[in-house]
Amino acid sequence: MDSVGLMPVLVVSGVLFTLGVIGVLTRKNALIVFMSVELMLNAVNLAFVAFSRQNASMDGHIFAIFVMAVAAAEAAVGLALVILLFRNRVTVKLDDLDRMRG
Amino acid sequence: MTESVLFYLFSLAAIVAGASVITQRSPIASALSLVVCFFALAADYVMLDAHFVAVVQVLVYAGAIMVLFIFVIMLLNIRETGPTPTGVISFRAGVGLAVAGLLGVAVIAVLDSVVHKAPAELEPGYGSIKAIGGALFGGAYLLPFEAVSLLLTVGMIGAVVLAKREV
Repeated sequence: MDSVGLMPVLVVSGVLFTLGVIGVLTRKNALIVFMSVELMLNAVNLAFVAFSRQNASMDGHIFAIFVMAVAAAEAAVGLALVILLFRNRVTVKLDDLDRMRG
Repeated sequence: MTESVLFYLFSLAAIVAGASVITQRSPIASALSLVVCFFALAADYVMLDAHFVAVVQVLVYAGAIMVLFIFVIMLLNIRETGPTPTGVISFRAGVGLAVAGLLGVAVIAVLDSVVHKAPAELEPGYGSIKAIGGALFGGAYLLPFEAVSLLLTVGMIGAVVLAKREV
């Protein structure tokens, strides 16, 4: 069967993960930082599925589904934290949270 | 052949949408770009014979998680005020690119020796719900599966407790 090899998938996965890292490091809006984290989780899922296909094993798919479940829990708790933050400080800018700066 | 072409097409879409996520000013535009990225990734999963994972990707990620994001964005109704200070952004972008470049070099260096191998033969039914269910419930993943269900419960209770006004 003619299909894509492993390397192109891993390159795509690496690029997406990189975009997520750049987003987390450069953006100030807490919501966009969360979205960048989701982007990184998806990049990892893509790598899991690619390796799973390379080895004709189902384990990578199971891990991808576990990652999705953890991402769902993380998004729920994280967004609740953002709402709490907005209620107490009326901001979602991460730079405004400098109370612990020395 | 078509599979490869479609894979590259959808990967390009995913990367463009991913870049759009981190460059958009408004959070709602970022969220919609992220939805496009998730759909493109679901198509990529289909090209990689992961049919069930593709369906779950659309249902859970593009459906549930992104609806939650967009709901919170609309609930908070944040206004972006003033232009973004470009000096700080470009310095931070430089740091981000440096870290990202290091990551990329490390990954390619490690993987280059591993990946020059033909993919293993797939048995019929690979990636189907039956295969996933067999691996999930019939093997070593039964305990992790239960742990994940506990985690989801804890996450749900935590979200409710955090977002409630009076506990």
